Amino acid sequence: MITFSQKQLKIPQMSKPVYLVTGGMSKFGRAIPEMRTEELVVDAFTEAADFIKKSPAELKKYIHSCYYGHFADHFGDQLLGEALIHDRLGLDPLGNVGIKTGGATGGSTLWEAFKAVASGYSDCVLAMGWERMDEVPTDEGNNYIACAADKDWETPLGHIYTGYYAVMAQKYWQVFGKSEDSFRKTMAEIAVKNRGYARMNPHAQGPMKITVEDVLKSPVVAYPLRALDCCLMSVGAACAILCDEKTAYELTDNPLLVYVTAGSHTLRVADRRNMEIPLLPNESADQYKDLGERFPGSDRYPGFTGFLAARMAAYYAYGMANIYDPTEDLDLVELHDAFTISDIQTYEDVGIRPYGEGRTYVESGDCYHTNPNTGKPGKLPANLSGGLIGNMHAVGATGIMQAVEVGQHIWGRWAEMHENQKKWDAYGRTKPKDWQNLQVDNAKRGMAISHAGVGSHVTATILVHPDHQLKGRNS
Amino acid sequence: MSNSNKRGTVKVINGRYRPDGSFHYNYPNTPIYDEAGKLMGVTNPRDLTHIHAYGGESQFFSSLKDGEIWGTKCENPDCEHTGTVNLPYKIYCPDCLKKAIPVNLTATAIKSATVHTFMVTERTGAFNTLEKPIRFINIEFEGVDTILMSYLFVGEPKVGMRVVPIFRKVEPTFTILDLSWVPLGTSVEKLPNGFSFSK
Repeated sequence: MITFSQKQLKIPQMSKPVYLVTGGMSKFGRAIPEMRTEELVVDAFTEAADFIKKSPAELKKYIHSCYYGHFADHFGDQLLGEALIHDRLGLDPLGNVGIKTGGATGGSTLWEAFKAVASGYSDCVLAMGWERMDEVPTDEGNNYIACAADKDWETPLGHIYTGYYAVMAQKYWQVFGKSEDSFRKTMAEIAVKNRGYARMNPHAQGPMKITVEDVLKSPVVAYPLRALDCCLMSVGAACAILCDEKTAYELTDNPLLVYVTAGSHTLRVADRRNMEIPLLPNESADQYKDLGERFPGSDRYPGFTGFLAARMAAYYAYGMANIYDPTEDLDLVELHDAFTISDIQTYEDVGIRPYGEGRTYVESGDCYHTNPNTGKPGKLPANLSGGLIGNMHAVGATGIMQAVEVGQHIWGRWAEMHENQKKWDAYGRTKPKDWQNLQVDNAKRGMAISHAGVGSHVTATILVHPDHQLKGRNS
Repeated sequence: MSNSNKRGTVKVINGRYRPDGSFHYNYPNTPIYDEAGKLMGVTNPRDLTHIHAYGGESQFFSSLKDGEIWGTKCENPDCEHTGTVNLPYKIYCPDCLKKAIPVNLTATAIKSATVHTFMVTERTGAFNTLEKPIRFINIEFEGVDTILMSYLFVGEPKVGMRVVPIFRKVEPTFTILDLSWVPLGTSVEKLPNGFSFSK
């Protein structure tokens, strides 16, 4: 669609509020041959139970239905892997369902879990996601990922998904980056930032202390994208427990309100027709009237430069959570940095920056834990987990990991979950001598964006401390 | 289905698939050990052939060998966006869900195809059959509402470059790979083996 009815633009309604009670995750790695998937899943579930001082068996007693995110059956060569995991978790005979929306699978799993509680069907649900991307060689993995594009019209063109993002990077760089080297460096800054933050995360697969030059000299994957611009291919699991209010306060005295929404756009970028830019609460039509003059070549929205699905997910989520301006109203975000370019594109379609001006979010220093320009806290830190570039992209787990990371900041327990030497030792990872506490001070509200393909599915998960809900400003 | 070693082929007879030959080959598992000799797992090799229907898109894929590019147009007067022209070919208009009308866009492509964006890659996934580096190009056409993804066979791509289609008329694969592009003005001698211009 390129126009929408008022019914389609309705802000989603819940019959009751939904809370995130706890969450957990396994370690993440490119390959974890010593563990079966069920071991990773049990690790994630056990961490979630420990977080609220329950045993796994005690926590299981509360769960009424289960939502499993696992995208690529091909990788593990196991259909209905969700059922196997459900059995191993000993949650039969509860109802369960598998969810698959490509890279957004984790976020979509939260979406389904959220709706189950919001509707009143269940008082307490498990959202568990995982991916096993180490059971084929990398080139076969790339082929499988490319099979998530259109198999007749796109996949045969190289069987390489990065290529589909590279064409967007090229267009964006030329139009909004005005072909400037400085824009390319800004893209590289994102890779430096996220891999650097991953150094503080014992779960993370890809921590690196690198420079912009390192990124710009890394091997070309699909020009203009280089190896260090790209996310990881990962193994691991993450989970979240969502509850209604009564059950949430039985399990913990500090649950967080959660809102999850979703948007979509065509699987093939080729099919994206020109349309008016749907506006977010902090945008006006006037601000885009001279877009073509400021950025010659920007005559198509979303074209190869925007993500309509992200814009729709944010529109619905901001309406539900009364977010007017994400940069002002949120304290941190975890974005789907599958590639450095898609990170920038997302800033615009979730309203952190106006369309076409995403680079300023990085260049201003707002996206950092500590603004490198001022030495003060960043206005809206992004991807302190390390993101998909530094932490992991175990597809079915990614969106859940992001939400749990945001939650740990709002709970004020980020350091507890990342500093513990025992966890570093258990994961066989060396804690850096310059380990830094990335806890965002006084975090009250945050958001996680989960994204599939070249923007076919996007979910927005907003977490809000119950004492810091916003009143409506969006009308 | 026969047990011969001939790689599987399929016909449709009386509306049903009629496979002939072998569609899968079995190979033994092999163990995976760590350095200490501990069994860590096994390999699960296989070789199989899928069958895939083109359905209403068949016209597009069968016309490439004839040097033609077909798209579709919504001509439903009651459609909110009547007149929308789609390439890639869409069987139904995505707005009104009425059957779209096939339109021959070959002349439009020859006259107006322009590179919207592009990328160049030396890396591919398994099963790639294109020569590297691959030059993806995304192509816009006058009067067409969508932007086609394909690949440039000659020269280096640039945004705004005029290109013209070439077609694999000799030993066609009946896939999207039978369509490629070269810069406007490219001589016939520079075309890859098996490819030629529309006419």
